[in-house]
Amino acid sequence: MPYLPNTEADVEAMLRKIGVKSFEELVADIPPEIRASAAIELPGALSEMEVAEAVTRLSQTNRPASDLISFLGGGVYDHYIPAAVDHILLRSEFYTAYTPYQAEVSQGTLQVIYEFQSLIAALTGLDVANASMYDGATALTEAGLLASSHTRRKRILVSSLVNPQYRQVLKTYAVGLGIEVVEIGRSQGQSDLDDLKSKIDGNTAALLVQHPNFLGCLEPVEEMAGLAHGAGALLVVSVDPISLALLRAPGDYGADIATGEGQPLGMPPSCGGPYLGLFAAKQQFLRSMPGRIVGLTNDVQGREGLVLTMQAREQHIRREKATSNICSNEALCALAATVYLSLLGRSGLKKVAELCLQKAHYLADKVGTAFPAPFFREFAVRVRERPEAMLSRMRQAGILGGIPLGKYYPELDDCLLVAVTEKRTREHLDRLAEFLI
Amino acid sequence: MNIPNDLKYTESHEWLRIEGDTGTMGITDFAQGELGDIVFVELPQVGAKVEKGKPLGTVEAVKAVSDLIAPVTGEVVEVNAALEKTPDLVNKDCYGQGWMVKIKLSHPDQVSSLMDAAAYQAMEKHGH
Repeated sequence: MPYLPNTEADVEAMLRKIGVKSFEELVADIPPEIRASAAIELPGALSEMEVAEAVTRLSQTNRPASDLISFLGGGVYDHYIPAAVDHILLRSEFYTAYTPYQAEVSQGTLQVIYEFQSLIAALTGLDVANASMYDGATALTEAGLLASSHTRRKRILVSSLVNPQYRQVLKTYAVGLGIEVVEIGRSQGQSDLDDLKSKIDGNTAALLVQHPNFLGCLEPVEEMAGLAHGAGALLVVSVDPISLALLRAPGDYGADIATGEGQPLGMPPSCGGPYLGLFAAKQQFLRSMPGRIVGLTNDVQGREGLVLTMQAREQHIRREKATSNICSNEALCALAATVYLSLLGRSGLKKVAELCLQKAHYLADKVGTAFPAPFFREFAVRVRERPEAMLSRMRQAGILGGIPLGKYYPELDDCLLVAVTEKRTREHLDRLAEFLI
Repeated sequence: MNIPNDLKYTESHEWLRIEGDTGTMGITDFAQGELGDIVFVELPQVGAKVEKGKPLGTVEAVKAVSDLIAPVTGEVVEVNAALEKTPDLVNKDCYGQGWMVKIKLSHPDQVSSLMDAAAYQAMEKHGH
């Protein structure tokens, strides 16, 4: 593919047009410490065949997670994906379909989204779910923004045991909106309720927690719901959808909004996604929910039909006054989740969750856990040597042994976060245990 | 077009009825007609301070959402709770049962800057 750089005359004409004397003046605001000090050294041009060979050689140095025994988690999990999921995803009617604004030619896409919404509402025990968000981080953040505009308060409390990346996204959004984000401390692998009590007040819009939390531990969510509601704040819970086959639904313990990462529902772990944001809420928040919603209605002849609804508050209509900054959804990922959940059904999903729970606890019984709190399929374990050194030896044995926690929680720099899915066999678990004991 | 003589009007198509130090506001017949079927009205909380020219709520129709602009500065003393369940009252009776907010005026002199029925009608004619 040819690359056509601007000629010097082009550059000069553009600079003149915007009233800047030189390229240097144009980029003067970029701090010198992040600018390259010398020209970037690139090798000479290659032919297509040479590039193909070089890239193939490079890709062969990768070790795909599918060839390894993975205990990685931290928000993304290595669950089995039934073959039918990919088969249906690869139907061109689905993967080439454009956004379903034109309902009369989009009934198939709209039906998938409608069923997805119904499944997520059932799973979370809440009244209404949207067509999906970008990922778990943006879903949680948008829930915080909804709470802020609903309560007209500018302070959000977030547990320090919410996924660190989600907290970063929340803080990034909050800056521009003048929302103050306050973190709640932790104690023994759970959010510190005393710290929560001292920080929650009449200016708090929402309490954001993750359940199970980033360390895998369950949180005292019922008590948290009481504390949030007592202060007139909303409770937002970021959930793991697989865990909901065993744990109480957020709607049952008083969550106003449940969000989550939908990746475990039929999407492979992959660097950078695409992932799937889940968002469900009580009926009263229907009109302040971000994103799109598909509704079931009747046409003029009384026939059932599906349409995008509640659109009037979104960006293509309301521009800068829109409810949120998402006016699309992750339709193909939502399709994967819909097919996955439909194939497994209620009992199949429960079976997956039980296998995760039992296998994780089999491993924990052997290697111990860093915290006494109950957990689902993921837990922190203390190790006797530098976690990075241990992980490197595990990798040589074909095992991805977990996530070192020191980067996120300095006091846990001797801990690994280990996730166990239904794909791990007893032999896998015993092999990992040998390293850890 | 129904433009009652006893009301004051804004350029953004709100009306205001003055009774003592309180003004009742809603949207005009023209506004409800342009929006079409109104499905939701979002109103401020009682006690909220509103400022002339600033949005205090929204009116949502099937394909559009419009801001409600405060015609005067003051404090919200009452909102029309009936609109929560029956927002179509705004379409049916925009100057009566479709009223939206009662504002206790903090600057009564602002009323003189609003249009009377004749001025509003003239603005209508000359293209909003």
